[in-house]
Amino acid sequence: MTEPHDDFDDEDVAAETNQVRRGRVTAAPAPPRRRAAPIVPEQNIAGRALIFVIAIMTFLSCLTLGAVSLVRDTASMWESQISREATIQIRPRDGLDMEQALVDASRIASGFAGVRSATVVDRAATSRLLEPWLGAGLNIDDLPVPRLVVVTIDESYPPDFDSMRSLLASEIPTSSLDDHRTWVDRLVAMARTTVTIGLSVLVLMLSATVLSVVFATRGAMAGNGHIIEVLHFVGAEARFIAAEFRRHFLLTGMKGALVGGVLAVLVFVGFGWWSSRNLATPEADQATALFGNFAIGLSGYLGVGLIVLLIGALTAATSHFTVVRYLSEIDLSQQASD
Amino acid sequence: MFRFENVGLRYGMGPEILRDISLDIPERSFQFLTGPSGAGKTTLLRLLFLGLKPTRGLITVFGKDRALITRKELPHLRRRIGVVFQDFRLLDHMTTYENVALPLRIRGRDESSYRDDVIDLLKWVGLGERMHVLPPILSGGEKQRAAIARALIEQPEILLADEPTGNVDPPLARRLLRLFIELNRLGTAVVIATHDLQLMEQVDARRMILSEGRLDIHD
Repeated sequence: MTEPHDDFDDEDVAAETNQVRRGRVTAAPAPPRRRAAPIVPEQNIAGRALIFVIAIMTFLSCLTLGAVSLVRDTASMWESQISREATIQIRPRDGLDMEQALVDASRIASGFAGVRSATVVDRAATSRLLEPWLGAGLNIDDLPVPRLVVVTIDESYPPDFDSMRSLLASEIPTSSLDDHRTWVDRLVAMARTTVTIGLSVLVLMLSATVLSVVFATRGAMAGNGHIIEVLHFVGAEARFIAAEFRRHFLLTGMKGALVGGVLAVLVFVGFGWWSSRNLATPEADQATALFGNFAIGLSGYLGVGLIVLLIGALTAATSHFTVVRYLSEIDLSQQASD
Repeated sequence: MFRFENVGLRYGMGPEILRDISLDIPERSFQFLTGPSGAGKTTLLRLLFLGLKPTRGLITVFGKDRALITRKELPHLRRRIGVVFQDFRLLDHMTTYENVALPLRIRGRDESSYRDDVIDLLKWVGLGERMHVLPPILSGGEKQRAAIARALIEQPEILLADEPTGNVDPPLARRLLRLFIELNRLGTAVVIATHDLQLMEQVDARRMILSEGRLDIHD
């Protein structure tokens, strides 16, 4: 075997040794300045795959988070809008002065704490309400039409509906109070179910993300076994080795997670832009009716940021534990037999 | 420096690879460790390098009982022992210079404090022109010398080399041997594991011969 570039020979060794010993070797020409190679190599194929996996999983997690926060906001919007109002209905009866009854009902309702206002739905409004069924030009007095009083409620401090109901019943026997309780309860139940389902999906999604990030990190670490071993045998402390890998994988994880997170934010912004551009078109109205406006809000964006940080930290922690386990395996193999 | 008394070692429940090994490696000594393939040379080197614990017997390293050395103390003791692995174990993403400087770098030393030492050492092993080359481009002999330089950079008290001439031709083997002798002259104890008879014939040094797990020492 011939050695290329072999400028090494016996006499040189002896001569140079003596020079080294006497400190006569002048400092060699300094090597060109370059950044020292990192102890953990930049990227191999497994490392790039890890970035992809992390980016994809972060993207999906962020989308799920956005969707869940959208559903939650919409659900709470339904809930609050409906429960902001109650209705007093007065059915006509012979001998009942409807106008007086309406004024009385309005007065009774207003007398309760927690009622913001009580408005009589006047004749014109009532006939407008009935117009789709009975046609225009209806004379309300010709028909025994029930009339309504709309009671606006302070949501944070709702009135005592039971006593309002009994007082109304005693004063105006044909009146009834609908606080929309059944309707609201049903909607709230539905909204809560939807949010619960959404949260379960989010939990599943995050678990899948955690697992795939952990396994992909371990896969990327598998190619670094020889580096851990060399560092170990040249006398590096476990703490040092773990710190090197932690830092490297924190950066890798953050890189992937940022890509995924930014893409998800772009999707949200894109949807928001689309819905604002199509404002007042039938498609957008339908979408808005279902989902409110497509904005995930500040908490949504904070959530995306949190997921990115979480995934970076997770990647770093996984590489840390892999190094620690690898080192303890090397040390365990020291106990050749126990 | 190293003292073995009736040391035995087995892997798991297998047979004893090493049996009743007693030896003494004094400071500044030079010895070959030889024997047929599979006789346990590498295992004995691993014991010397604190990479294994004996199943029985007593090992004293730098005056300390091996059994009482904790995991935390190991890195510090390893820095006093230089090892040249049979397969070099250079890191392919680092240049020759960076590989040799690695033991100093991991101790957190500033590059300017060791730069000249590393360059001097690389010149001494004849790699002055190859210091900015990555290991995959180096020839077998150059890798071997880079591995030796890495083992020496911390000026260890003892150098353990596993088949250092296994991958090189006889003239280069002679040169490497010369390097080890010079190193020994400078005060480092040297243990060379080899089954190269020709190599051993060139030096009048102690031979430790392993066969079937037992050790014979010829001074």
